[in-house]
Amino acid sequence: MKSRVLPLLLTGLLTVNSVHATEAQHIHASHAWLRVLPGDLPAGAYVTLENDSDQPAVLSSASSPVYADVMLHKSSSDGGMSRMAMVDSLSVPAHGKAILAPAGYHLMLMKATHPVKPGDTITLNLKFADGSTLATNFLARPANAMDSGP
Amino acid sequence: MKLRSSPRFALLLLLLAITVLGGCDRGEKLPFQLTDVSGHMPDLDFKLIDDHGKPVTGADYRGKVVVLYFGYTHCPDVCPLTLAQLHVVMQRLGPLADKARILFVSVDPTRDTPTVMRTYVNAFDPRAIGLTGDPRDIEALSKRYRSAYTREPSGKDGNYEVSHSSAIYVFDSKGAARVLSTPSDSQDNLVHDLHLLLDTGTPS
Repeated sequence: MKSRVLPLLLTGLLTVNSVHATEAQHIHASHAWLRVLPGDLPAGAYVTLENDSDQPAVLSSASSPVYADVMLHKSSSDGGMSRMAMVDSLSVPAHGKAILAPAGYHLMLMKATHPVKPGDTITLNLKFADGSTLATNFLARPANAMDSGP
Repeated sequence: MKLRSSPRFALLLLLLAITVLGGCDRGEKLPFQLTDVSGHMPDLDFKLIDDHGKPVTGADYRGKVVVLYFGYTHCPDVCPLTLAQLHVVMQRLGPLADKARILFVSVDPTRDTPTVMRTYVNAFDPRAIGLTGDPRDIEALSKRYRSAYTREPSGKDGNYEVSHSSAIYVFDSKGAARVLSTPSDSQDNLVHDLHLLLDTGTPS
């Protein structure tokens, strides 16, 4: 008796859940990597975020058990000058993607609690505007890496 | 040694002058793909400290094709990207790259000591040299190439951010400025132009 009710109940819950799914649940992260620099120099982290929802998702911040400070930044180059600025958020369009890549949007990782070596996997918790988070593994790559690697 | 003023010595000096000038002339026109700045920018000249703590000048790098780039180590994104790209360029040049040097000049000498610079550049390429020094000397070099940088406080921890010129300056083995590369230029063009300079560069 109970066993017949439970699946129904679960189906109901799942339906409700998909309607009210969090922003993080609609995001698929790929090509997540970070560039390891010598000493305790700030490192840049990069990732591609794809959103399968009909609504945009807004990346608002990130945190990590390994870095005390994580900030969303954007590099830009105009008039022959490179500059870097903090940004409050980054929107991932509905059924679209946002790319964090060198010379553009990136997460600046500062104050590592322990030395990070190339080959390590570092978890960053990507936080979205609705409060949901997506734990994502970033591959630590050498200083002179160009991308997330093979 | 005493200077002799014999006609023979004067002739020798004249011949030497012709050879030196002629040498410049021979290297004049090359089919560069990047922005050709030959004759429009001053020769490589500076007074800085290398990443072993040794005082150096532009003349110390004569005989090498020099790739000059301004940046700082607390720059997590664009500076490492540029140095990583220059590493790829060096790899593509193969053995020719031994006659080239990447000079990475810090515009943040307060934090970028020679030791910091050495570990930093070594993480990118064995042909990269980190240069730091007196802020006035760095400013002089930067002004010489109409490069600019500013320091902007970014709040807590006394941290600050630096905006800096994104250009890459290439000098031939005689220290003459030859081409200018910007982030929008393709890597192929830089490899091409370095090939031109390294192939014709006089061995010294």
